[in-house]
Amino acid sequence: MDNILSIVTFIPALAALILALFLRGEDAAAQRNAKWVALFATTVTFLVSIGIYTGFDPSNTGFQMVEEGEWLMGLKYKMGVDGISILFILLTTFIMPLTILASWQVTDRVKDYMIAFLLLETLMLGVFMALDLVLFYLFFEAGLIPMFLIIGIWGGKDRIYASFKFFLYTFLGSVLMLVAMVAMYADAGTTDIEALMTHQFSSESFSVLGIYIVGGMQTLMFLAFFASFAVKMPMWPVHTWLPDAHVQAPTAGSVVLAAILLKMGGYGFLRFSLPMFPVGSAVMTDLVLWMSAIAVVYTSLVALVQEDMKKLIAYSSVAHMGFVTMGIFAANQQGIDGAIFQMLSHGFISAALFLIVGVIYDRMHTRDIEAYGGLVNRMPAYALVFMLFTMANVGLPGTSGFVGEFLTLMGAFQVNTWVTAVAASGVIFSAAYALWLYRRVVFGDLIKESLKSITDMSSRERAIFAPLVVMTILLGVYPSLVTDVIGNSTAALISNYDMALAAAEAATQVASH
Amino acid sequence: MIQADLTVILPEIILAIYAMVALIGAVYTSKDGLGPLLVWTTAGLMALLAFGIATQGGGTREAFGGMFVDDGFARFAKVAILLSAASVLLMSQDYMARRGLLRFEYPLLVALSAVGMMMMVSAGDLMSLYMGLELQSLALYVVAALRRDSAKSTEAGLKYFVLGALSSGLLLYGASLIYGFSGTTLFSGIIQTAQAGEVSLGLLFGLIFLISGLAFKVSAVPFHMWTPDVYEGSPTPITAFFATAPKVAAMGLFARVLHDAFGAAVADWQQVIVLLSVLSMFLGAIAAIGQRDIKRLMAFSSIAHMGYALIGLAAGTELGVKSMLMYLAIYVTMNVGTFAFILMMERDGQPVTDIDALRQYSRRDPGKALAVLILMFSLAGVPPMLGFFAKFGVWQAGVDAGLTGLVVASAIASAIGAFYYLRIVFYMYFGEENEDPIETRSSPVLWGALMGSAALMLIGVFYQFGVEGAAAAAAATLVN
Repeated sequence: MDNILSIVTFIPALAALILALFLRGEDAAAQRNAKWVALFATTVTFLVSIGIYTGFDPSNTGFQMVEEGEWLMGLKYKMGVDGISILFILLTTFIMPLTILASWQVTDRVKDYMIAFLLLETLMLGVFMALDLVLFYLFFEAGLIPMFLIIGIWGGKDRIYASFKFFLYTFLGSVLMLVAMVAMYADAGTTDIEALMTHQFSSESFSVLGIYIVGGMQTLMFLAFFASFAVKMPMWPVHTWLPDAHVQAPTAGSVVLAAILLKMGGYGFLRFSLPMFPVGSAVMTDLVLWMSAIAVVYTSLVALVQEDMKKLIAYSSVAHMGFVTMGIFAANQQGIDGAIFQMLSHGFISAALFLIVGVIYDRMHTRDIEAYGGLVNRMPAYALVFMLFTMANVGLPGTSGFVGEFLTLMGAFQVNTWVTAVAASGVIFSAAYALWLYRRVVFGDLIKESLKSITDMSSRERAIFAPLVVMTILLGVYPSLVTDVIGNSTAALISNYDMALAAAEAATQVASH
Repeated sequence: MIQADLTVILPEIILAIYAMVALIGAVYTSKDGLGPLLVWTTAGLMALLAFGIATQGGGTREAFGGMFVDDGFARFAKVAILLSAASVLLMSQDYMARRGLLRFEYPLLVALSAVGMMMMVSAGDLMSLYMGLELQSLALYVVAALRRDSAKSTEAGLKYFVLGALSSGLLLYGASLIYGFSGTTLFSGIIQTAQAGEVSLGLLFGLIFLISGLAFKVSAVPFHMWTPDVYEGSPTPITAFFATAPKVAAMGLFARVLHDAFGAAVADWQQVIVLLSVLSMFLGAIAAIGQRDIKRLMAFSSIAHMGYALIGLAAGTELGVKSMLMYLAIYVTMNVGTFAFILMMERDGQPVTDIDALRQYSRRDPGKALAVLILMFSLAGVPPMLGFFAKFGVWQAGVDAGLTGLVVASAIASAIGAFYYLRIVFYMYFGEENEDPIETRSSPVLWGALMGSAALMLIGVFYQFGVEGAAAAAAATLVN
């Protein structure tokens, strides 16, 4: 199969089209059909995407399974995978059937709901595969539309505020990135990502409006991309849209948002910022590292005082993403491997945590921590699963959460000891808020009248958690499953980065003599 | 000799003669009873002419000593003008007939203003420029006030007329200055004067007045004041017409004058266009936020869109003109679809323009709501819709010409502007339920225009029906 990437990308879109054109009515049968079509399509997508994994050669650091075709305005339709993107693709196809399963209880506009999720999957997969700047941007931005509708239509009480905030925040960041993309096109004459990686953008310092800019054009472009990816990530201080969006989104929306959409920022840093603007990245490294450290500590402290479970987990996501940016901008093997590992592991853990909240929300229709307590008495299986993912979130050795945090801290330690020291304290805070949450919800006596008749997880819910549990533990005890696949690509990324920095250094020295 | 000249302006002559004959015919026969028939024949003739012009083939021909130019650029603009005018005419038939507005003059006035627009984009001389512009404007003043028993419509017509006359005055004053300092009204003569040496102060003054006059016609800020009132006051089909064909014509004329007559002095007018563009984008984006009336909202939207199109003009390059033409073609397609929907909005037979009335519309009519959703995201410039590629094109031209600051400003303006398009989606999909919902009565024409334009926003991403190639060829003939 020469075009397996396009096949994987567009299976969900095709299913969405079929739903839109052929499914009529709002009765129970139509709803059931919509759910089954969506589940079937996402499962097929996952199965086919395994073909990408088996056909992938980890020793090759270039792009593989590349597809290329002409497109409008001199742009190209180009898709491909490398060691950095392949696991994100698998993460996406893995999570999507679970989110569909988790939405089995939806009764309002089921068809539209499934169409939105299927389209979203196509767009997310496209982001990780696109090898043309504008194609990337197209997938990246278009994903806002289904997510905007998911939050807005199926969300909670303040969904309107949250959906607008989500859209406008990310849109403003992205249009600045688009301007930088246009400038790159004007400078390099191509939008091909592969070609742009080898293109040297000018790093000569100059002044704009009286401000002296070290690293010149590269720094400006870095900042434009940063505006987009930092919002998407999200990094402190532009993270405020995330708690709102998470709290208001339906459970499945939160899962997709935390598990996949947040990873686009980190992926963007690895795909664009480091390889294309090495000098710009180097100039900004200290700032980004400190922002990450502040994010880890600050958002952990904020999480500690939350009264809404989803909000607490949302803030914990921001803290974990702080480790990711720290690892990426440490720009060494441990740091970047750890960052990718952390993103994948966070994909499983945060998805599971939002689903865990979803389980009791479906029963009690409240997310207030106050409203719960003593669940272990009536829901032992639930308590066990919750315990496992709480520990994984804290970073207990033996779970995938530990590996990512440890590697990123190790990578950052070689670059900036102080940042690492501050960030490491965040690990303790994360233990504090996660364990406290667990204690308040699960332990204690079951004294609340309303909880007396609560039921344990159904078999459907157990089926959703089983794969997540397996992945979390598997990656925790056998991390080379990931590092073997990404290792060569990240090593190549780092050596190119170092070489580009050395070349720029040499050029400035020649100029100053 | 005269025969050769006449063949060059054959399409204009056909349309003009048709309009006059039909006018006399209607006066002597059943008068308004002919209205529906005339709408169809006028639209049919326009479509035929558009087809004829599009397939006519390449080459640049001049008539009347260079006063009238027929080149690729003019043909591209004429096809866009004729097609959009024809589709708006067809869309309006049902609406106008049910409100007793379908007088026989209406299609004929539109036809005459189309003649003026075709003249504008083909102008090769300040005189023919003014002729075309006035013919177009006078016809538009009258149709704006078509609803004679409505104070708002009359006000719209009068306002448009008074301010239009002022802008014509400015334009004429500029033209006289240009004539005085270059000794000719022919564009080809003016450009020689400009090429010969420094652009004299008088010529520059004339140029600025000319630009002011034209900026009024494209409703660029700060010459936009008439737009919201005229859009709101005019009957909706007329508003749809204002938002489409005349905008193409005025932008075409703008590009024609600046490149054909002042192409040697790009640096002198570039900064003026940049200023107009930035102001239009920001005012359009910010002022629309407070609007509850969808027609006023679309007025500000069109101001903002003209700002984006002006980026292409400000670039002053071939790529810039190409991206501007693409922008206009896409803009017109989006607006035809959006206005088709606005024409459908009604309650108890009365037109409704309050966006509040759209609450939860998607539950009642998911198909049309989806089409409007696509159009709104396209207008906001969100990929994968075609509206994004329109913006991408002008930004590309802008950066290419070194106008990075302008492009960054327009990026910020587009993020602000996204808000009000989103709000329409918000009302349709997740607003609170409305006790008094609107009905949307749809004739097949309206339905086709709405769905067709929404479908084009998606299909266009894969296939553009040769429009891009035509725009590139058109730009190449204008800038050389």
